[in-house]
Parts: sequence; structure tokens; C-alpha cells
Amino acid sequence: MALETSVIQEKLTGKFGEKVTGFILQNDILSFEVGSASMAEVMGFLKNDPVLRFNFLTDVCGIHYPDNDIERQFAVAYHMHNWMDNVRIRFKCFLNGENPEIETATGMFLGANWQERETYDFYGIIFKGHPQLKRILNMDEMTSFPMRKEFPMEDGGRTDKDDRFFGRITDNAHN
Amino acid sequence: MSNSKDIKLVDAPEGVEGQGFFATKLDTVVGLARANSLWPLPFATSCCGIEFMATMASHYDVARFGSERMSFSPRQADMLLVMGTIAKKMAPILRQVYEQMSEPRWVIAVGACASSGGIFDTYSVLQGIDKVIPVDVYVPGCPPRPEQILDGVMRLQEIVKSESVRRRSSPEYQELMASYNIT
Repeated sequence: MALETSVIQEKLTGKFGEKVTGFILQNDILSFEVGSASMAEVMGFLKNDPVLRFNFLTDVCGIHYPDNDIERQFAVAYHMHNWMDNVRIRFKCFLNGENPEIETATGMFLGANWQERETYDFYGIIFKGHPQLKRILNMDEMTSFPMRKEFPMEDGGRTDKDDRFFGRITDNAHN
Repeated sequence: MSNSKDIKLVDAPEGVEGQGFFATKLDTVVGLARANSLWPLPFATSCCGIEFMATMASHYDVARFGSERMSFSPRQADMLLVMGTIAKKMAPILRQVYEQMSEPRWVIAVGACASSGGIFDTYSVLQGIDKVIPVDVYVPGCPPRPEQILDGVMRLQEIVKSESVRRRSSPEYQELMASYNIT
């Protein structure tokens, strides 16, 4: 028998109560929100519960919401997959905009190592307890977290490009 | 040695010819030799590299210009061909490759990305390899056709031919190297 989303939701609310909220079915994937302090607990439950069996961490990524209030400016999205029943699940943990910190998932899934490094690399989200939290894709000397909205996507050091042809407001003057 | 008549030789440089002797400048002889045996070091990261593969192969045949010997070691190469997008993370490696080449050395930036960053106007891409190493010839195009790459090689041959043997110890060249912090 396939794993029903209602069963997942009941088990989670039964176990964690107010810590898991906002259940919604998006693109056939059950999505919900987890309080950032309970992330490891919820993920461990999803992985080890004999009914839920979400044995695979598909993805970890960051999101920046600069217009939200300070407690909800960053989010980390986790995607998990139950291979036995072929059911996927997705949850978000919102983090503080000035001090984005969350527990690492590397204790449960070794595959989270590089995904968390990438999230750190692009958003500056700190994963507490990560064995080697340093940049993975960008160069080590980089000082910005380029996927945060306050940083420009363009390279300010360009000298031989005509901004008119790139549809950009010139920023050469400031760099 | 083949005796067939379709073998083309380069023209002799300007000089004084008489019975049993030919006199010319050392610079031109050395330049001629260098220009017609430029050993390329292909540094290919993307689509321009594919165009260069066509340039190397039988149809366009860069061997006609004395460059058939691809050198995958920088130490035995004369001409560094940078083909493709160079990410900022790659920049120190490119620089190291250039530093490992022995003099005389020349650089061709093939394609828009190597020349200026191309369409990749973004935080992760080096906006032209001339930000980290000096470049002699720029080949435009996205990607350039093999004919354009060959034209770039021929332009470089012109530079090499007309260069003084001692150019590399000239104050201008040393100043250029110093501006890139290469000793």
C-alpha cells in the first residue's frame, strides 16, 4: 500500500505538534515548515520511522527572502525521498536574517556534506557541526555570498563591455 | 624526403645574396624559425575548444602552419591557446600554466569568453584572461570558426617574425610582466 500524504501529516503532527506547520500539497509533493530548532529531530524521525522511511536526502538548498521580517529572511529547503514507496517530501526551515544558523544533517546523511557547503557558499548559512564548512564552487577569496539579493550578479570589474548591450545600469564607475 | 613538387617552403627573409652566400639578420632567421614551429598548448574549457579540435584535425589542419605538435606540457609549448570561459576559480591555474611556460611564450585568447568574459557577465567568471596574463592575439567570435582561429595563429606568426630576439629582455616587456606580477 502506498504511503498516503494524510498518514505522513498525521504522524508528524502527532509527534511534533506545533513544530511542524503549513502542510500543503505542491506539485504532488507534500510540503511543510519546520521550526529551525527541530530540524534534526524531524529529519531523523522521517528517516528512521518504520512507516515513513524517507531514506534519501535528495537536496538541500537555501532561499533568501530579504523582504520578510528578520526572523524569516533565510530558509533552508530539504527534499527527501522514500525509495520503498516512491514518495517525496519537502520541508523548509526559516532562519534569522542576521545570524542564519541551523544544525547540520551530515550526521544522518553523508550526502548532505557538499549540499550544505554549497548552501553556505551561496547564502552564508552556517550549518552547526558540519565537518568542513568552506566554499565549494566559488573561489576561496570571494567575500560575498552571491545568491543573497544584496549582492550584484554582475562582475563589477569588467572593463571592455558596453553596458547598453547587456541591458544593465552601469556599475563600472563604482568599482 | 619526398620529391613531390607541392611542398611549399617559406620565403627567404630579406638579405644580401651572392654566389655561395646569403647574409641576413639573426633576428629574422630566428623569427622565421620560431614562427613556423609554434607548439600550441591548448587550454580548452568549452565550445571554442571543440572548434579548435576541428582546427587541429585534417580538414583545417593547423599542421600546415608548423603547429602540429600539441604540447600538453606547458614547458615545451610556445603558444598558449585559451579557449573557453575561465571561471575565477580557474584563474590561478591558468596563471600557473602560463608561468610554467618557458620563454619565448605567446598567448592567444580564442573566443569572446577568453577575450572579455563574453556573455557571462557574472560574479563567477573572469572578465577576460588579460586580467591575469598578458595576451598577444585576440580571436573574436562565439565560438570562432576554425578559419578565424587559423587567422589568429597567422597573426601571431607575423608578430613572432617581426619580434627582436631580445624583445623578452626589453624594458617594455619587463614592465608588462611586472604589471601582471609575473617575474
